[in-house]
Amino acid sequence: MAIQTFDVATIRKDFPIFETGIAYLDSANTSQRPRQVTGAMLEYFEKFNSNIHRAAYRIAEEATVRYEATREKVRAFINAASTKEIVYVRGTTEAINLVAYSWGRKNIKQGDLIVLTILDHHSNIVPWQILAAEKGAQIEYVDIDEKGELRQDQLAELLKRGPKLVAFNLVSNAMGTINPAREMVAAAKKAGATVLVDGAQSTPHQPVDVRALGCDFYAFSGHKMLGPTGAGILYGRRELLEAMDPFMAGGDMIKTVRIEGTTYHDLPWKFEAGTQAIAEVIGLGAAVDYLGGLGMDAVRAHELEITEYAYESLSDIDGLTVYGPPPSRRAGVISFALEGIHPHDLATIADRDQVCLRAGHHCAMPLMTRLGIPATARASFYVYTQKDEIDRLVTSIKEAQRIFA
Amino acid sequence: MATADDQFYREYILDHYKNPRNYGRLEHPDISHEEDNPLCGDVVGMDFRVSDGVIEDIRFHGRGCAISQASASLLTERLKGLPLEEAKKINKDDVLGELGIEISPARIKCALLSLKVLKVGAYGLADEDEE
Ligand SMILES: Cc1ncc(COP(=O)(O)O)c(C=O)c1O
Repeated sequence: MAIQTFDVATIRKDFPIFETGIAYLDSANTSQRPRQVTGAMLEYFEKFNSNIHRAAYRIAEEATVRYEATREKVRAFINAASTKEIVYVRGTTEAINLVAYSWGRKNIKQGDLIVLTILDHHSNIVPWQILAAEKGAQIEYVDIDEKGELRQDQLAELLKRGPKLVAFNLVSNAMGTINPAREMVAAAKKAGATVLVDGAQSTPHQPVDVRALGCDFYAFSGHKMLGPTGAGILYGRRELLEAMDPFMAGGDMIKTVRIEGTTYHDLPWKFEAGTQAIAEVIGLGAAVDYLGGLGMDAVRAHELEITEYAYESLSDIDGLTVYGPPPSRRAGVISFALEGIHPHDLATIADRDQVCLRAGHHCAMPLMTRLGIPATARASFYVYTQKDEIDRLVTSIKEAQRIFA
Repeated sequence: MATADDQFYREYILDHYKNPRNYGRLEHPDISHEEDNPLCGDVVGMDFRVSDGVIEDIRFHGRGCAISQASASLLTERLKGLPLEEAKKINKDDVLGELGIEISPARIKCALLSLKVLKVGAYGLADEDEE
């Protein structure tokens, strides 16, 4: 079957920000948002702004319908079994904290083992460190090999110790490595572990099927997939979510509240306390529609083409080191270092040419320590990225080399 | 904006970055302190020899971006031979003035890292001073 393709020039017309002339190479940090997304949010503000689930008038019904419609869109997008398994959160960070708090506190005990990886984002490390410290549990990290890929042999060894939880990202934000998630989940499940997959960098860029993946929890952020900040998703298998206590408590997550005690609302609302990010959730629904319209196979194919082009262009530059695996096994992320030029100096020089480039540790300090470097420069791509933007990056790099020569 | 940016990497800043002054360590420093900026991985440390209330000798070490390292190099030039009482008076505006370029909010921590080493390390002052 031929993969459908799309025309980048046409797509870019949906993103007014490109009229400013920027080359935006920081989509792994946060993506840009098309008019369809901001438009859906604006429509809510201007036509049916009201609180959901609480009022009997028409605009509130309309708001509730649109807010809830995102749940079905997301369910279909990641192929979950039911909308009850789709919990709205602020983003990946909140999703993982929710699991660490509501599932972790009930299920992790003294002496238990939690397996993470050296590729993980701080948001998939720190909540587990806090939990482990509180419970007296232990954490082990799967290392990478010289190509920047996770050491599967090491994971296999750790699984023999019967970890309670295995958590890792499907795609590394710092190096772009695409991890063999299906095999890793299968092995971890076989060893009896509960598995959380951090999908912050995979959901925006490739087809995702949580049931085929077989994980127990899957977390991602709307703002990295053309949606607004403040809306993200926790997917959890129903039995697990049913057995968990609420994360936040208050309005909307309850069925009845009496002085003697409270009964909680059904899934997924049990986890959605207080007034929600209504416009943002509606915007996320529009983002899912937009990506669905492009087709996630086409998204991946486009990014692979851009990544190959960037990988080759950058590898040709003297004194430039690219970290991580070859383009076929990486997402649209390239982390690199320039001899004699600190990433921040490069980013400042690139900024002068309106090239938006990330410099830093990318919230992956354990990985930076492992690589023996304080920071990298990182270029990352998305549906709207065009080769001309890569060429502008190369020009900025050469300019930096001229200045620092 | 564009003109300020064009001036960003002035020759003397690049010179201080590539040929740092007073670089290295002192054998038996009276004061030695190091600070880092975890966000970008910049590190600056300074060793001081003080006699009769005067900074007789100073060395710095570290790694990081041109701004953090050039700023440290410039500061050591200024501190060498300076009475401690005078050194105490050096503030953020002095350091930024010495750099002589417009520093964006994102880079201000790089520029002031060496001042933090001076203040926190040598004088034990709270580090909110140079925010
Ligand atoms: C792999 C990964 N996990 C988690 C996060 C955290 O996402 P958020 O900041 O949206 O909660 C990010 C985003 O930087 C990420 O790249």
